[in-house]
Amino acid sequence: MSRLSRTCAIVGAAETDTIGKRPDRSRLGLHAEAARNALADAGLKPSDVDGIFSAPAGPNELSEYLGIVPRYVDGTSVGGCSYMIFVRHAVAAIAAGYCDVALIVHGESGRSWLDMPGLDGPASPNGQFELPFGTRGAPTTYSLPVLRHFHDYGTTRRQMSHVPAATREWAILNPRAMMHDKGPVTPEDVEASPLVCHPFHLLDCCLVADGGGALVVTSAERARDMGRKPVTILGTGEATAHRMVAQMRDFTVSESTVLSGKTAFAEAGLGPSDIDHLMLYDAFSFTPMLFLEDLGFVPKGESGPFVAETTTGPDGRTIYRTGPGGELPMNTNGGGLSYCHSGRYGMYALIEAVTQLRGEAGARQVEGIETSLVHGPGRQFAAAGTVILANA
Amino acid sequence: MTYDGALPRPTPETRAFWDGTKAHRLMLPWCEACGQPHFYPRAICPHCLSDRLDWRQASGRATLYSYVINHRPAKGFEAPYVIAAVTLDEGPRMLTNIETDGPPEPDALRLDMALEVVFADVTDEITLPRFRPAP
Ligand SMILES: [Zn+2]
Repeated sequence: MSRLSRTCAIVGAAETDTIGKRPDRSRLGLHAEAARNALADAGLKPSDVDGIFSAPAGPNELSEYLGIVPRYVDGTSVGGCSYMIFVRHAVAAIAAGYCDVALIVHGESGRSWLDMPGLDGPASPNGQFELPFGTRGAPTTYSLPVLRHFHDYGTTRRQMSHVPAATREWAILNPRAMMHDKGPVTPEDVEASPLVCHPFHLLDCCLVADGGGALVVTSAERARDMGRKPVTILGTGEATAHRMVAQMRDFTVSESTVLSGKTAFAEAGLGPSDIDHLMLYDAFSFTPMLFLEDLGFVPKGESGPFVAETTTGPDGRTIYRTGPGGELPMNTNGGGLSYCHSGRYGMYALIEAVTQLRGEAGARQVEGIETSLVHGPGRQFAAAGTVILANA
Repeated sequence: MTYDGALPRPTPETRAFWDGTKAHRLMLPWCEACGQPHFYPRAICPHCLSDRLDWRQASGRATLYSYVINHRPAKGFEAPYVIAAVTLDEGPRMLTNIETDGPPEPDALRLDMALEVVFADVTDEITLPRFRPAP
């Protein structure tokens, strides 16, 4: 266990009032609404904040927008895991005395596309060596490593189809989930949905939404005197291995995930068997499968058989291993696949872990959990960030 | 009809690569310090950070490392089409397209199959390196 473990806690966590379709809010407006809600959750005022960590809005943009003059800023912007990395950086900054109250903010107009950034320019590496070959957003690049995993480890299309099916079961229990009232899906339904980019069908792909979320992190000492039951930060990790998917050295291993996960577990003094609840960023059905392997929850190459093994409940319902009633509850808000995905989903994964650890998840609450691990990628298995949390 | 797909804008580090494809030659930067080629072309060798780079023509042979068949086309493309990661015989990996006779079929695209480069002159200035199954 490292000296930084348990020194900080999450004392505020909230999303925008609603998620999904928000034509009333721009990118910055979504950041601001989320920041306001997280500060209210923490019982703090804007003037209490002395550290701003934000993406895709830069901390300069956001401090201006919120009227805050922080003494510490961090604009790490490496994709969807930027928020896990912000939690890690906040722990370090608070330990160093550089700030006392860290406000970590996300907001994206992924669906309405109000004030969102454009594609990389034609002179960038991506503009020269990916876009001219017809890549078109995440479905065409996150999909690229999948067939290599199938080839090398015998992973199958049918196995992968169990991930969206299991995740939908959680969304049905979550009234805020975009797919809450869309009914269950079976692995067969996933394969019958329209082809987007072989091997991905529509139901293999995350949703497209508007939304925002924010966290407030402070020292464990200060957290004890605050209104909310603190969620303690046990360990964190980060890494980045590449930016463009074709530069991934081995398509069957997320190197950044391996490094980030090891770092977080070492800092926490824990291993995979100590984790009660998992949030593994599901940009696509295959994404969390690779993370299960590279974080050590299943042996290399065995995520397919792992996710595909189901049991039948007393009511005849299918129980997925990562679904409600399963042995490894994962993506319990409904995930990027069935909850919401604004582009950089990591913030929502963190907020769900906090909600579960506070025991406030309603019908989807996983009983008796003490620890949660949140992990995500930035772009296609390129960067990675890991956060291990506890409610004691 | 004019090509309306995304086009690269060469930089000083990549100019020799795009000049090469225009002349229907696949050029790679080789490091004179450590002896290794790399891709995409950089100002320094990613293996040893030397800037002593020498452009040499590659064989144009590669193997299929992984691929997708895209059904929601980018501008300038007609679905379905193959986006692939190929491993050049010289070692580096590149993203490209695989040209097939007729619509691409997963059964006909086996990983590790041998490929060879073909050059698509999409505009007067830009030629894209694509691959097709080797005969
Ligand atoms: Zn070198």
